[in-house]
Amino acid sequence: MALIEIKNLTYTYPGVSKPSIHDVSIKIEKGEFVLITGPSGCGKTTLCRCFNGLVPHFYQGEIKGEITVAGINTLDHHTYEMAKHVGLVFQNPENQLFALSIEKDVAFGLENVGVSREEMRKKVDWALHQTGIYDIRERSPHEISGGQQQRVAIASVLAMEPDIIVLDEPTSFLDPLSAEKIFDVIYKLNKEQGITVVLVEHRLDLTAKYTNHLIVMDQGAVRLEGDPRDVLSNEETRLIGVGIPKATLLYQMLKKEDYSLGNKTPLGSEELADQILETLK
Amino acid sequence: MIEAENVHYSYPSKVEALKGVSLTIKDGEFVAIMGQNGAGKSTFVKHFNGLLKPSFGTVKVDGVETIKSSVATLARNVGFVFQNPDHQLFSETVEDEIGFALKNFGFEAKAIEDRITWALNLLSLTQYRKTSPFLLSGGERKRVALASVLAWDPKMLVLDEPTIGQDYEQKEKLRQFIMQLQTQGKTVVAVTHDVEFVAECNPRVVLMKEGRIVADGEGQQILTDPAILELSSIVLPQIAQVFAKLSALGLPKDIIDIQEAKTVLLKTKGKQ
Repeated sequence: MALIEIKNLTYTYPGVSKPSIHDVSIKIEKGEFVLITGPSGCGKTTLCRCFNGLVPHFYQGEIKGEITVAGINTLDHHTYEMAKHVGLVFQNPENQLFALSIEKDVAFGLENVGVSREEMRKKVDWALHQTGIYDIRERSPHEISGGQQQRVAIASVLAMEPDIIVLDEPTSFLDPLSAEKIFDVIYKLNKEQGITVVLVEHRLDLTAKYTNHLIVMDQGAVRLEGDPRDVLSNEETRLIGVGIPKATLLYQMLKKEDYSLGNKTPLGSEELADQILETLK
Repeated sequence: MIEAENVHYSYPSKVEALKGVSLTIKDGEFVAIMGQNGAGKSTFVKHFNGLLKPSFGTVKVDGVETIKSSVATLARNVGFVFQNPDHQLFSETVEDEIGFALKNFGFEAKAIEDRITWALNLLSLTQYRKTSPFLLSGGERKRVALASVLAWDPKMLVLDEPTIGQDYEQKEKLRQFIMQLQTQGKTVVAVTHDVEFVAECNPRVVLMKEGRIVADGEGQQILTDPAILELSSIVLPQIAQVFAKLSALGLPKDIIDIQEAKTVLLKTKGKQ
């Protein structure tokens, strides 16, 4: 069975007439690095809130369909029960950091689920090391940079050793180099720890190269999904208004002019440069 | 025209955010201010409408020193759109939000109505006219904040991270709109770390680091210089990355435009 399985999900926020999610069915397998993209307001964030039960338990509203995450029906289980399985990292880390020190923030989730002191120490240290903030663990999360705060938010989620990490535009406030470092951390966790990643992003230039399952949403529905190379080659993806990575776009433009390149649609600059070098050898 | 001369600024916490910044922005220019988090970009541009006044040095807007003017007076000419829309939105409906400043500036009812309609349409927000801004998505709220400033048609526009949370289509619209403002002789200053957006607009680029300006020049020149960019925690735009990796082929390296990239590559022998 898939790690996340959503069947015919339709959801409407309270006081709104139009559903934000309309008849969505998706399957996410363990170990995948899923990228969800689509125009602003297409329902990406709302879908993320379904993964840990924030929708509908916190946001209320009207819901139809089925959501199963790690074998649990989220409609019948509270968000705190899902916290062991799904960790959510929000767009703005300020919204989720509050403790007096970084390590206390990272330990908070574990304290709530009653883990022993030694085990907590171990897990917190592991999460701090994974995200590269062990050395600043005693500082206040409010006096560090946005990039470091972003890492603290990820570490707090990681300490719970969830099966799935869901990140909603986790680097939008960061400069490009800090953003790249965060994505590298997430990618490493996915590769080495086998943690399933669901990432919501507009900026495919930065992120397409990490994914192996791309989902394109539009107006509350899933419009395209699958291998990112196929999805990005599909004209419809561009028409929906997804920003195709420039390297992918340049590849398509060159192909149209019969420039001889391989048949593997590149997801980033490295892959395209390699293909050009190969053809010019 | 904005003239900043040797601007120093320290926050009450004694952190010195600006350490002597001098920059002149002429009428009709489009300037992107880039640099790593905490470089002082937002602090610097907050001086342009008098939200912050220099601890030392001067900032002049159209020849008038900002310390001799009020934010209310400066705002008529310098519109400021904040990085986080939640720091600026407060009205019950999108329409009221956009109308608020117009009322304060004493526009007539008919003009207010027309300008609200124009701004809503421009930023694809017409359907949300009667909606609370707080029910909208992050990207949509950002556009409401922009609409509320554009509505009073200021001569200079300061945009702090205008592309955050915006999808490709909205970014493209924003780009076209900025170009249109340029043809009207308006000044646009954008604080941004969206390299792809800057590469597509190709404005004058000013790089900041630790409270100082470290580079100032044409976008194409600065965005293709890896050494300068790394200094400011910026990465090359993707097209420039491709050409950086093709350096052994002896192709030009200062390419950020995809059409130009295509033309250059088609001249190589890959064309069968």
